[in-house]
Amino acid sequence: MTEKRATTTRLQQSPLHDEHLRLGANLIDFGGWEMPVKYSGIIEEHHAVRNAAGLFDISHMGELWVSGARAADFLNWVLTNDVHDLDLGQAQYSLMCNEGGGVVDDLYVYCVGHETYLLVINASRVGPDFLWLSGKSRDFSEKDHVILKNVSAEYAAVAVQGPAVGNIVDSAIRGNGLMQVDRPTDLKKNQVDAFMLGQKDVFVARTGYTGEDGFEIVASMDCIGEVWERLLLAGESAGLKPCGLGARDTLRLEMGYPLYGCELSEEITPIEAGLRYFVKLDKGEFIGRGPLVEQKEKKPDKRSVAFRMVGKSPPPRTDYTIWGEDKVWHTGDQSILGKVTSGNQSPSLGVGIGLAMVQSHYTKIGSRFEVNIRNKHMPAEVVRKPFYEPKK
Amino acid sequence: MSNIPDTLKYTKNHEWLSVADGVGTVGITDHAQNELTDIVFVELPEAGKELVAGTACAVVESVKSASDIYAPANGEVVEVNPKLADNPALVNDDPYGEGWFFKLRVTSEAEGLFDSSRYSAEIGES
Repeated sequence: MTEKRATTTRLQQSPLHDEHLRLGANLIDFGGWEMPVKYSGIIEEHHAVRNAAGLFDISHMGELWVSGARAADFLNWVLTNDVHDLDLGQAQYSLMCNEGGGVVDDLYVYCVGHETYLLVINASRVGPDFLWLSGKSRDFSEKDHVILKNVSAEYAAVAVQGPAVGNIVDSAIRGNGLMQVDRPTDLKKNQVDAFMLGQKDVFVARTGYTGEDGFEIVASMDCIGEVWERLLLAGESAGLKPCGLGARDTLRLEMGYPLYGCELSEEITPIEAGLRYFVKLDKGEFIGRGPLVEQKEKKPDKRSVAFRMVGKSPPPRTDYTIWGEDKVWHTGDQSILGKVTSGNQSPSLGVGIGLAMVQSHYTKIGSRFEVNIRNKHMPAEVVRKPFYEPKK
Repeated sequence: MSNIPDTLKYTKNHEWLSVADGVGTVGITDHAQNELTDIVFVELPEAGKELVAGTACAVVESVKSASDIYAPANGEVVEVNPKLADNPALVNDDPYGEGWFFKLRVTSEAEGLFDSSRYSAEIGES
């Protein structure tokens, strides 16, 4: 048995690293960070989130502050969603595109103060994002009107997700929110507030990457340990489990959520990725708008689809090729319709599921194609997202 | 700490081999199943296939990744574990027992197989 091993040299460590070792985590390299892939087991952790609650260390995520008199206008120019829709205490998913409409990063924007926004970005994109935004802010306005700060090294974050999280978060994080609510569970989906934990304030947002009810909590490095411990303790009787990136990936895949580097890249547009909803083409000019308008009108040549394997099959994996049902091999690449961008065995459904970038005429729900798994063609069917509907 | 029975032979790729009356049983180690995490699919060689020691002969897929399994001996496959098709998690639950992969008629073992103490040193557990 062989497996690619992460090199453990010069990887960044989470402030919760010792806690992960104590809890018996297996660690992997993720975006330059040494993070837990699992504690008790990926499938067990997955089910904990679907049925009770799970606690994730997401300290690898990057954080940027954007503030100043023209912060909102600037963000509206560099991001595809409409930042002017955000009031204080609200959050939204958005994409940052290059001039060609390719995705520089996908991220969450939190409006946490007057002219003050917190961007939560992908670990592997902190460097490129900051460089990109720094350049664009110089193009956009005079120096003091947009202030950009990379605070990724100062902040850490956890996510607590699952149908049982409400009581857990309310008992772990006490007291009034500083912006709008009396307690965390008063937050609606995509709302955020700040709560005092000792002398420090922590941001609590009702957001997540699993499809379940849940919260993401951003706090300074030196108080994330206390947040983690309080949540573990508060969740003990409800069956909360610490969860690694393995379960985070199977959970997001069951929802059909994109992962940067798989479904998204600088060569893939939000239209191709099926994220049209988060692109407000009529909000005014923004970077990438021209190509995106054109693509929307002409329809893209390729699109991201959700598919599931039909019959008994190994799970699909990233980079497996997708073929038409004609089984034509000898024409070389001609009959390759596309590639799997993410794939796995769905722990909730017990079948292989995946996301793939394929030629547009194969993207209709119910379309059939075949996935080449170790030189065997296994049948698959295009299905609607999400693969799994969380219990209400 | 992993379970590493004294009675088995091991490869550096984390397969185990147990030979009795010329028939070898092959599986993956407790350390391997733990590193792989939950196993969701096992692709086994067909009975009758001639295996060459050190070459890929099966695939084990976990929720994390797909990994090749290498033959720890030369010989013909005489039986594969029929239970793994419907219950691949047996490899996690009982890697040296019910989670065995296949049996082969051993003509010769791979060179340089480890005993249990050498294998535990190899995975940093001695």
